[in-house]
Amino acid sequence: MNAKISRREALAGGAAACASGAVTLRSAEAADPMAARMAAAQAAIKKFTGGKATTKGALKLTLPQIAENGNTVPMGVSVDSPMTAASYVKEVRVFVPKNPLPVAVSFLFTPESGKAAASTHIRLAGTQDVQAIALMSDGTFLIDTRNCKVTIGGCGG
Amino acid sequence: MAIPRFRVPATAKKGDVIAIKTLIQHPMDPGFIKDKNGKIIPRMIINHFDCKYLGKVIFTAKLEPSISANPFIEFYARAEADGDFEFTWIDDKGTITKAKAPIKVTA
Repeated sequence: MNAKISRREALAGGAAACASGAVTLRSAEAADPMAARMAAAQAAIKKFTGGKATTKGALKLTLPQIAENGNTVPMGVSVDSPMTAASYVKEVRVFVPKNPLPVAVSFLFTPESGKAAASTHIRLAGTQDVQAIALMSDGTFLIDTRNCKVTIGGCGG
Repeated sequence: MAIPRFRVPATAKKGDVIAIKTLIQHPMDPGFIKDKNGKIIPRMIINHFDCKYLGKVIFTAKLEPSISANPFIEFYARAEADGDFEFTWIDDKGTITKAKAPIKVTA
């Protein structure tokens, strides 16, 4: 990581944030930035699925139950699909509702992928329910949700 | 700029599904983290990765700021014929990094 924040600075910053939070009343925005992020995530999911139903089962999201460091959390998705021209997975999008931006990654597959699976490392700002949604070639959607407990957040506060 | 690293099997049987792993050095500054002077470090990430094989893009990843520094991506491909896997990474400044890995496919 490039952000070199010493422990002392981190503590000072945290204390300052707490103090200012207490002083500047609890305006709706300041009190609940998480609610705004959750709403943004809901909107992003709706934009992707168009409000269509999502089914559980064939899509599998892999995440550790506990991530000590939110800066790099191994994350994988895989879909049970024959991956032929007639039936394949078009896209898997991963949503991280408590991060500053709701979408973490989109994987776009083709029948030539052979297997609808991919993995990467993601940042998690805090403990949250990560959601993966897959768009199939027939226009249906699959979903899987995994909770991941994060000890140290990875999005710079 | 960044040095890409990747792992592709040298040979495969026709029809086999092979795993491909790629990694590239990049800070992936998300645009939310402040430096020690309290200034926000501007967003600078790799936002696009794709893999071309036998003239066709077979896999694409659209990356967002939530992806860790030095992005690692693992995905799969079905071996069909001799050819190159061509990888492309594009960052916010439009810098393009390319790499390729050959594969021999046996019947």
